[in-house]
Amino acid sequence: MQKLSEHFLELIRRASTILPEDVRKAMEDAAVREGKSSSAGSTLLKMLENATEAEKTSTPICQDTGTLVFYVHYGPEYRQKAIQDAILEATADATARYYLRPNAVDPVTGKNSGNNIGNGLPYIHFDQGEKPGLSIRLMLKGGGSENVGAQYKLPDSNLGAGRDLEGVRRCAIDAVFQAQGKGCGPGTIGLGIGGDRGTAFLESKEQLFRALDDRNPDSLLAELEDRLYRELNELGIGPMGFGGKTTVLGVKIGTRHRLPACYFVSVSYICWAYRRASMILKEGKVSYD
Amino acid sequence: MIEIRLPASEEDIRKLKVGDEVAVTGVMITGRDTAHKYMVEESADEVREVLKGGMIYHCGPVVRKDNGTYSFVAAGPTTSIREEPYEADIIEKFGVRGIIGKGGMAGRTLEACGKFGCVYLHAIGGLAVILARSVKKVQGVHKLEEFGTPEAMWVIEVDAFPAVVTMDSHGNSLHDEILAKSEAEYKKLIGKI
Ligand code: SF4
Repeated sequence: MQKLSEHFLELIRRASTILPEDVRKAMEDAAVREGKSSSAGSTLLKMLENATEAEKTSTPICQDTGTLVFYVHYGPEYRQKAIQDAILEATADATARYYLRPNAVDPVTGKNSGNNIGNGLPYIHFDQGEKPGLSIRLMLKGGGSENVGAQYKLPDSNLGAGRDLEGVRRCAIDAVFQAQGKGCGPGTIGLGIGGDRGTAFLESKEQLFRALDDRNPDSLLAELEDRLYRELNELGIGPMGFGGKTTVLGVKIGTRHRLPACYFVSVSYICWAYRRASMILKEGKVSYD
Repeated sequence: MIEIRLPASEEDIRKLKVGDEVAVTGVMITGRDTAHKYMVEESADEVREVLKGGMIYHCGPVVRKDNGTYSFVAAGPTTSIREEPYEADIIEKFGVRGIIGKGGMAGRTLEACGKFGCVYLHAIGGLAVILARSVKKVQGVHKLEEFGTPEAMWVIEVDAFPAVVTMDSHGNSLHDEILAKSEAEYKKLIGKI
């Protein structure tokens, strides 16, 4: 039987080197819409070519392999500590094999830990279920796109944004406008409404685990997702900010109950190198997606 | 496609206009936040020669080491605007002819490009594999121990490195153009309910 850490290493390798199918499809469609001769279209095609090469040669799609964000759901037969140790081992191993760039920097000394392990890194969220089995979702969230994320506190008089979905809409438009080409668009936007400052951001990031064609079960939010997708693309910022019709590939919205006094809207932006992968381990058999 | 050879002359650089696609060949260095701070605050004599008529690539690469030889595995551009506080001074101090990165830079850098004859070249963000391939050789590295792999100053030989001029030495910036256009749309969207 393979060790847990070996499965996790494969999960990290896949996340870093394979562009998810839904993202590839969305970019291919966008390239057709933009047309080959436009700079937007040729940029999208170069990105896709890069992803194809990365997959073929098992090298990172982008050199910024980002923060590792793990969501772990485990059955009663597992010990959390054992999973955590295996994730850390796989992370260090993946760094040594160049699937990951050393990305953990001490903010005080400026020293890079060299293996992607540090205070709070990688980020691992655990939850235990009743049924046996282990399922893990992993996202590699690049730093450039992380930097263009934003959090708003409503009401916001500059934006004319009140504590309602229209206010949320304005925040999203503002964040994507401010980001321009800096987040390596076309981006996908995760919105977290409510919570406190910390959990609002978590919610916005969790939304990015959803597939691009996934429909929000809440019809009001689904409607807002569709509208924002259309409107954000009207901004004309385009791939890499070179101009064009494709500024975002999707918008995903989630909510958390908030305090009466607070109304946060968090915006997480993920770049075109939208790296996520998942694995399920059940009865000794592993499958990846 | 316009070919640029390094070291580049001021004349060659002044010919470039926003929108031109270029292929850069020659020796350049990588530099990110720590390197920029260092180049401004210290004398940084070890990079003077390569920077004279040379280019700085905003990049924190994934680097492989085999038997003491380094090679670039993944090497796309990083966000340039973080270097805005330093870049104009560096262009002047070292006689740099090109800055390569992503996302564009702001007014002070654009002004320095005009004044000293320099351009900003935009590489496609995330194009790590394709761009690493155009890095033919790693000639050396400065401050690897102190700064770490992504922040170190890697001296690289590139061949036909592809990029687009988005800020030229005549005061034009594609980034300003797109900003103005998108701002008009933004106002329409925020104005209507
Ligand atoms: S934002 Fe994404 S594509 Fe761009 S450099 Fe960072 S990780 Fe790579």
